[in-house]
Amino acid sequence: MTLTEAQQLGYSNAQAADGRINVEIETEDGMVLNMGPQHPATHGTLRLIAHLDGEQVTSADVMCGYMHRGYEKLCEVRSYPQVTTLINRIDWLGSFANEVPFILAAEQLMEVEAPPRATWIRTILFELSRIANVSLFIGDLALQLGAQTPAFYAFRDREFVLNQIESVTGGRFHPNFDRIGGLKDDLPKGWIAETKAAMVRLRGFCDEMEGLVYGNEIFQSRTRGIGIVPGHVAQSYGLSGANLRGSGVDWDLRRDANPGLAYDQLDWKVWTHPDGDSFSRCWVRLQEVREATKMVDQLCDGLPAGPIMAKVPRIIKVPEGEAYVATENPLGAMGYYVVSKGDTGPFRVKIRSASFNNISVASWLLRGVYVPDIITILASLYFILGDIDR
Amino acid sequence: MAGDVTATEDAPAAVVDDQREALLAVFTEHLGDAVVGSHIKPGQGLWIRVATGAWAEAAEVARDKAGLRWFDFLSAIDWLPSPYGRYEDSAVDVPFPPPMPDRSAAVPGYTGGDTRIQVLASVAKAGTDQRVLLKADVPDDDPRIATWIRSYAGAAWHEREAHEMFGIRFDGNGDLRNIYLPTEFEGHPLRKEFPLLARVVKPWPGIVDVEPMPGGDDEDEATEEGSEP
Repeated sequence: MTLTEAQQLGYSNAQAADGRINVEIETEDGMVLNMGPQHPATHGTLRLIAHLDGEQVTSADVMCGYMHRGYEKLCEVRSYPQVTTLINRIDWLGSFANEVPFILAAEQLMEVEAPPRATWIRTILFELSRIANVSLFIGDLALQLGAQTPAFYAFRDREFVLNQIESVTGGRFHPNFDRIGGLKDDLPKGWIAETKAAMVRLRGFCDEMEGLVYGNEIFQSRTRGIGIVPGHVAQSYGLSGANLRGSGVDWDLRRDANPGLAYDQLDWKVWTHPDGDSFSRCWVRLQEVREATKMVDQLCDGLPAGPIMAKVPRIIKVPEGEAYVATENPLGAMGYYVVSKGDTGPFRVKIRSASFNNISVASWLLRGVYVPDIITILASLYFILGDIDR
Repeated sequence: MAGDVTATEDAPAAVVDDQREALLAVFTEHLGDAVVGSHIKPGQGLWIRVATGAWAEAAEVARDKAGLRWFDFLSAIDWLPSPYGRYEDSAVDVPFPPPMPDRSAAVPGYTGGDTRIQVLASVAKAGTDQRVLLKADVPDDDPRIATWIRSYAGAAWHEREAHEMFGIRFDGNGDLRNIYLPTEFEGHPLRKEFPLLARVVKPWPGIVDVEPMPGGDDEDEATEEGSEP
């Protein structure tokens, strides 16, 4: 028996629809609510299966893997300079920040140190990635709660940061700019003045969002006291970044375990919030964007002169050894465990991404909450699917 | 310029080293003979290898005695060299499947090891740069090791990942469903004998990036990457 074309089309449409639309099935114990894998409130292909009792979640199962690309396997068959192209795509909103810990790990194994100017430019781009990433989070957060305007404001002002990243690296989303021993290029002419102007603009965006979103009564009533993660739970699940600091744990890898960026020469503050609820996580992120704009200003002012590349062999062979370097990325702690056998490519790369740990707490956290709170809790945990699935 | 950068970093490196020695001492004190190997890179990292049977106990010591309450990650390393080479230097028409390398070809890294696959975990202390990378051997014939979920709740997902990627069973973790791969997936992709099929059917075009330039001396010639055409 052969199917007609119309039957085939109908079948594939039905298959696609199954994946997209929420399917609610009544069971004897209550109801099963399936969100995703492509639900607007799940930030991409994350699937959530919640067992409900009335409106309350009795248990929730988070399923990921719809975007698994096997980067750890792929890294094993690529040379060191080729790996940065791949890992750019882990957290695609703050791409440059993905490259830095890997390059630092390779430099640690090669015992190469980037010149000060390269380190400073790396730090600038690292913080610009953070601003580009987290400013979109703030807009998206409001969108999750039904407010459309902040999302457009976020896209509008994020553009200024992306323009600055683009004019240095040539890439808006995937710069692939970091090299072992330094950077691909120096800053273009007039870039520093433009960046400082963009930072003024971004500070204005933060102030605007603070009033428009964070000060909003609806936003506060939907996030305050909801989704509380105590500090010890956050630590045992390995939460990092604003999720950890929003639970009152004062830890920032930029300050406490600086692996070779220019943070120790800047005047800045680590923000924490004692509440541990959805609001505190979002609040810490907003403060971090503001802090990052100040850091970029200081970095632009104090940028040392000099070369941007250390002397490295043209064909990079990394000596045998193991290194683990983690940095404080926009989403949290991101680390690369690099095992080298003295080859042109790594023997094994373990990618420790922030979102994987951050979202693993969701099953614990969603137990007992109400259905509308699932959305704010997931939004405030802030994950990028590429960063979970790798 | 390069001189004073290293000069300023030499002084704190010795201090950090003391910190790592002290951290290692906590583990040797509480685990005794179960600490079978250790490695310290001054200012960079501390590796401790514990006996397979003491894996769960090592987590308790790390959390309660050493104060390393923050769970970082748990994974594994397969030390067997890949039979497929690194693809870029293998011939286009290698027989498939290629002969498996001998078990003795697996050479472990820091802290040594007796088995082909080792588990690797990292825990840290919040607010500091104290971090320990823990390793343990996983038996070749029956890859099993104790779970960490009693000490670190976050280990549950990492163990699921290590289970599907390396085929390691974690005793005591009742939920070892696949996290990334489809349920019916066969094989353990991060084991070295698992082929990367995309590379088997077509050689990687990126190979040209690492070919030596005509007339140039190989890696001995230190030139700036920026001077490439």
